[in-house]
Amino acid sequence: MLTLADLRYGEGDFSLSADLELAPGRRVAIIGPSGAGKSTLLDLIAGFRLPESGRLSWRGEDITRATPDRRPVAMLFQENNLFPHLTLTRNLGLALRPDGRRLGATEAAAVGEALERVGLAGLGGRRPGALSGGQQSRAALARVLLQKRPVIALDEPFAALGPALKVEMLELVRTVAAELGALVLLVSHDPQDAQRFAEEVVLVAEGVAHPPVETTALFNDPPEALRRYLGS
Amino acid sequence: MPAALAALAVALLTLAPVAAVLLRAGGWGQLGAGDWQALRFTLMQAVLSGALSVALAVPVARALARRRFPGRGVLVALMGAPFILPVIVAVLGLIAVFGQNGLVNAVLRGFGLPGMTVYGVHGVVMAHVFFNLPLAVRLLLQGWLSIPAERFRLAASLGLSPWATFRVLEAPMLLRIAPGAFAVIFVICLSSFAVALTLGGGPRATTVELAIYQAVRFDFDLGRAALLSVIQLGLALAAGLVALRLGAGTGFGAGLDRVQQRWDGQGAAARICDGLWVALAAAFLLTPLLLVVLRGLPGLLLLGPSTWQAAGHSVSVALASTMLCIAWALPLSTRGGELVGLAGIALSPLVLGTGLFLIVRPYANPLTLALPVTALVNALVSLPFALRILRPEAEAIRADYARLSQALGLTPLAWLRLVLLPRLRRPLGFAAGLTAALSMGDLGVVALFADPDRATLPLQVYGLMGSYRMEAAAGAALLLLVLSFGAFWLFDRGGRVNADAG
Repeated sequence: MLTLADLRYGEGDFSLSADLELAPGRRVAIIGPSGAGKSTLLDLIAGFRLPESGRLSWRGEDITRATPDRRPVAMLFQENNLFPHLTLTRNLGLALRPDGRRLGATEAAAVGEALERVGLAGLGGRRPGALSGGQQSRAALARVLLQKRPVIALDEPFAALGPALKVEMLELVRTVAAELGALVLLVSHDPQDAQRFAEEVVLVAEGVAHPPVETTALFNDPPEALRRYLGS
Repeated sequence: MPAALAALAVALLTLAPVAAVLLRAGGWGQLGAGDWQALRFTLMQAVLSGALSVALAVPVARALARRRFPGRGVLVALMGAPFILPVIVAVLGLIAVFGQNGLVNAVLRGFGLPGMTVYGVHGVVMAHVFFNLPLAVRLLLQGWLSIPAERFRLAASLGLSPWATFRVLEAPMLLRIAPGAFAVIFVICLSSFAVALTLGGGPRATTVELAIYQAVRFDFDLGRAALLSVIQLGLALAAGLVALRLGAGTGFGAGLDRVQQRWDGQGAAARICDGLWVALAAAFLLTPLLLVVLRGLPGLLLLGPSTWQAAGHSVSVALASTMLCIAWALPLSTRGGELVGLAGIALSPLVLGTGLFLIVRPYANPLTLALPVTALVNALVSLPFALRILRPEAEAIRADYARLSQALGLTPLAWLRLVLLPRLRRPLGFAAGLTAALSMGDLGVVALFADPDRATLPLQVYGLMGSYRMEAAAGAALLLLVLSFGAFWLFDRGGRVNADAG
């Protein structure tokens, strides 16, 4: 379980509290109005922000104060998921060797395999700039495969892609997550993403991250906060 | 952690000499009439230099902003060159034009007119204008190009007269930019040493910086040198704060190669007038350099072993101070770090030098440390420029990739080697080039410390001039010019080649 026990975070006028549990291996969408704190929630889980109070734990182990790389989380950001001056192989290699040294034979093979899994076989020598937007997203997902973390956090990583490409990418995320048995946290402002992709939804609104609810159940009988957000 | 270490080192190295100077300075009664005269002259020449540079820059920048002509881009680029031009080289060039046996005097004599001398107040001011007119032009040109094109279109459709256009569009811009430009040049000229050393001197044309040098070198009166250093420190700090408030940018700005489309000033008179201003400015800036090259070529054959040795010293000093400066600049390229580095702008090399002299003297003969101290002071003095160049890009890199690096758990070394350095290459090359060229051409603290065995090339040129070996001096000056520009070019180019990965 990923447990957020009475987690509180504040910054000026903004505040966010969360008291909820997320089960391993589930696909969870985090939705809500912009500025409500979806990305903040993800940052708290991934370790880019620290809570004022409360406890964050994974399978009973306290990770409230752990640095981002010591958490069970692999994250895809909105942008800058790859270093533009490094080839894909080097970019992906950093997931295995954060000290930046040359990869061993087995590591290099793992990188090649990961690229193959996301449909980028043979493109390891290219730099991100020489790839399409969709290919860049695939490369970032290949790195998630290499990181082998039990939680995958996605902060609207496909917002810049067209609708068809986005669907394709979410499908790939589903495959990758299934392979790793990972819990997926997908931040999105698009309720359709949630309906299409997620088994559960965490609604973030008015300073509160609500406990997860079954997606179909939630949309069949939306609570007041969600109804306001959906405008229905 | 590296940032804290670098900040500590820079703070210590700037504050310790200041403390030494403050402690040693005593007895304001020691200041003689000559010292007060030096203070008055320093202020007077700085005001004159700043005012003249800005006033002359107005018509030149205006002409460059609204005219398109072949060579315009080269001329604008050349306006950046004086920043890395060794002072002593420019001085030799100015002497070749305006000196006793110079071009101007030859013409005057031809017409049977009395000759002019390049030494004294007007020589000092002229050299300062030579160095700072280009800076003023670039700052004002930036101002002109910042006026939106739509405004000029509106003025044209209203049929505003040239005078009305000036009053409505250009004068407000000038009122905004010119005070800052003046202040920057004023501050630069306040700590003028090499120009005063070579073209000034005597009771009527001695700056405070020069007086410090004379107190150390000739009178060996360290108390008075310290006292003068305190005065210089106060001057520079006060003026520096004012300049910082007025803020004028650096003139490094890109995008000056644009030309504004204008509908006014298309008459023949305006065209001729603009053409004249550009031609005059170009002649004033280029003739001295051209003469340095022409006169230096035969002199290159006269270079003795001591000149080559000095050139070797200069290259090592330049390399050492570049490495030191960049090593400081990388961790300090943050907002807080830039404030620490700013100390280098307020502190003149001579004040730092005097302080270090006082600190070192009980333990070692300062003269034997001339070269390391020069490298150190040059690095400190270049640091604010390096930071100004590196900080925006370094912050952008951190903003874009710090989270990704944290998520991957990159080691600090891997971050430096794989992310920061490769992505920072272009500004890094530019900053290193500037630092190397500045250090190569520096004639400041080294004059305070060095004996003939440890001369750098600028000091060697000065020495040759002093012993009236003008041909050899011209040759050594050309060598210095080549080394300075060559160092800049090499580093800057190193940052550009293969830096294609966007």
